[in-house]
Amino acid sequence: MYEGAVQDLIDELGRLPGVGPKSAQRIAFHLLAAESVDVERLASTLVRVKNEVRFCTICGNVAEADQCRICTDTRRDPSVICVVEEPKDVVAVERTREFRGRYHVLGGAISPIDGVGPDDLRIRELLTRLRDGVVTELILATDPNLEGEATATYLARMINPMGLTVTRLASGLPVGGDLEYADEVTLGRAFSGRRRVD
Amino acid sequence: MYVRHLSVSDFRSWSAADVTFEPGASALVGSNGQGKTNLVEALGYLATLASHRVPTDAPLVRSGAERAVVRAAVVADSRELRVEVEITPGRANRAKLNGAGVPRARDILGALRVVLFAPEDLAIVRGDPSERRRFLDELVVARSPRLAGVRADYERVLKQRAALLKSAGAARRSGGGSDLRTLDVWDGHLAEHGAQLLAARLAAVQALRPHAVAAYAQVAPASVELTLRYSSALTAALPEIAESVPDVGVLEAALLSEVARVRAAELERGVNLVGPHRDDLDLGLGELAVRGYASHGEGWSVALALRLGSYELLRADYPRGAEPVLVLDDVFAELDVNRREQLALVASKAEQALITAAVASDVPEQLQGARYDVHEGAVRRVR
Ligand SMILES: Nc1ncnc2c1ncn2[C@@H]1O[C@H](COP(=O)(O)OP(=O)(O)OP(=O)(O)O)[C@@H](O)[C@H]1O
Ligand SMILES: [Mg+2]
Ligand SMILES: [Zn+2]
Repeated sequence: MYEGAVQDLIDELGRLPGVGPKSAQRIAFHLLAAESVDVERLASTLVRVKNEVRFCTICGNVAEADQCRICTDTRRDPSVICVVEEPKDVVAVERTREFRGRYHVLGGAISPIDGVGPDDLRIRELLTRLRDGVVTELILATDPNLEGEATATYLARMINPMGLTVTRLASGLPVGGDLEYADEVTLGRAFSGRRRVD
Repeated sequence: MYVRHLSVSDFRSWSAADVTFEPGASALVGSNGQGKTNLVEALGYLATLASHRVPTDAPLVRSGAERAVVRAAVVADSRELRVEVEITPGRANRAKLNGAGVPRARDILGALRVVLFAPEDLAIVRGDPSERRRFLDELVVARSPRLAGVRADYERVLKQRAALLKSAGAARRSGGGSDLRTLDVWDGHLAEHGAQLLAARLAAVQALRPHAVAAYAQVAPASVELTLRYSSALTAALPEIAESVPDVGVLEAALLSEVARVRAAELERGVNLVGPHRDDLDLGLGELAVRGYASHGEGWSVALALRLGSYELLRADYPRGAEPVLVLDDVFAELDVNRREQLALVASKAEQALITAAVASDVPEQLQGARYDVHEGAVRRVR
């Protein structure tokens, strides 16, 4: 145990995902040794992110305004929507440069253990978007794990009767993983090889 | 295959141990509590990612240490492979193949195959059905490591589905409606993964049967025949599963309809009532069930026959040079003369057999190969 502020910092860092007690200690002492300006920049970025970053009212992606840059970009194809779990998945798909449509971020996946059901995801918002008649294809790009599959199956069963083409990324993605960890080439290939689900 | 080298750190009583082995029979000899079983347990862990003695990882880490590491150099088909696993209780294991990290620890399964026979195996015969399911699943994964993933997915489906059954059941009882469409989705996943696991288990039982029956006849020549039957709620709908393995699609459909049939009861009780997690392996001697009827000695013979049968099956599954390592932990002292001889006969033909015994005289004549003294935290080759 360290004194006061140092221990507080280690405790706070230790609560972050993926940071164990040892890393928390290493980061804390790194910050202690760093230049004041660097630490102040980090602190103000943290505050700014909480104050300024919002979620796009259309797709649920992170945005600096009411709507995100992808939703307001008129060059993007409005007839295709790619459904992902988290904003970080949008980044992963964008990296592949395979997709020119728009996104819908669910905010998670169906997981009864965690108390997450369909009503806790942005599914109602998705259905509203689909009703305008512009969208013709929906690509289900939830994570290639059980919860992602369950969410994709649930959505496919609900949306197929609406007469849209519903596709799922081709296999080849590392099963059991996160979309964000798939490398660009694999994810890109999964995109171009996507298959219809009925 | 054979283990050329084993090293452990902070595993059980060992802060560090390094042992070099050769093909053929090797005996680890030392008085009680010196850490002989700990060493072969480490090998078993590397092969199955589970201990044959305890269900959790915490006891495997030396008391006072944070994590344990087990490494082995395994020679299969005259190629050497280095396998390593790091065990940190409460966290996912980390594993390496030839020094490179693998995404999931289970990716090392298959690199080392071990059939381990130990006093704990009496639980397969006497314990509750989960012991027999564990025995079968271990065999299933040894035959086809891919099934470890199927099994893990299936377990996760069960957890998710149980959580949903509980909350949906509670919502119903309190008068509210609940969205059963998500339950349909999990039913589908249960049937899909359950059918794959079930098909693999049925195939394993049917492949094991002749080997286990033959082994039992040798171990207990005066006894009636050993019978093995996979017992499942699906047997009523699919009686053919006693003798053959239906198409996975057929099993999936049968599971789905069985799940639909018991839905009300599942919502009522909040538990998964159908699927391979409820199945059992019925063992019998003639007309009588082994469990509850067999004598102590008969029980031992059946346990031994199941292990020897598994060993013969895996030997038949894999080409020479890739056959499993046979590990016999503390078993000779428990067996009578005939069973000792039968076991020694099989072990003496094995590409590699590792034997632990408290006294050298417990190791049968045919298996007098290399000998290691295990004493006061050191392993010393003495012959
Ligand atoms: N996590 C642990 N940390 C430290 N010591 C442990 C740990 N787990 C087990 N031990 C010790 O290891 C010893 C048992 O080792 P092991 O079971 O390998 O004995 P053995 O040589 O096979 O003896 P026997 O001949 O009685 O079967 C015990 O003394 C036990 O206290
Ligand atoms: Mg022992
Ligand atoms: Zn948007």
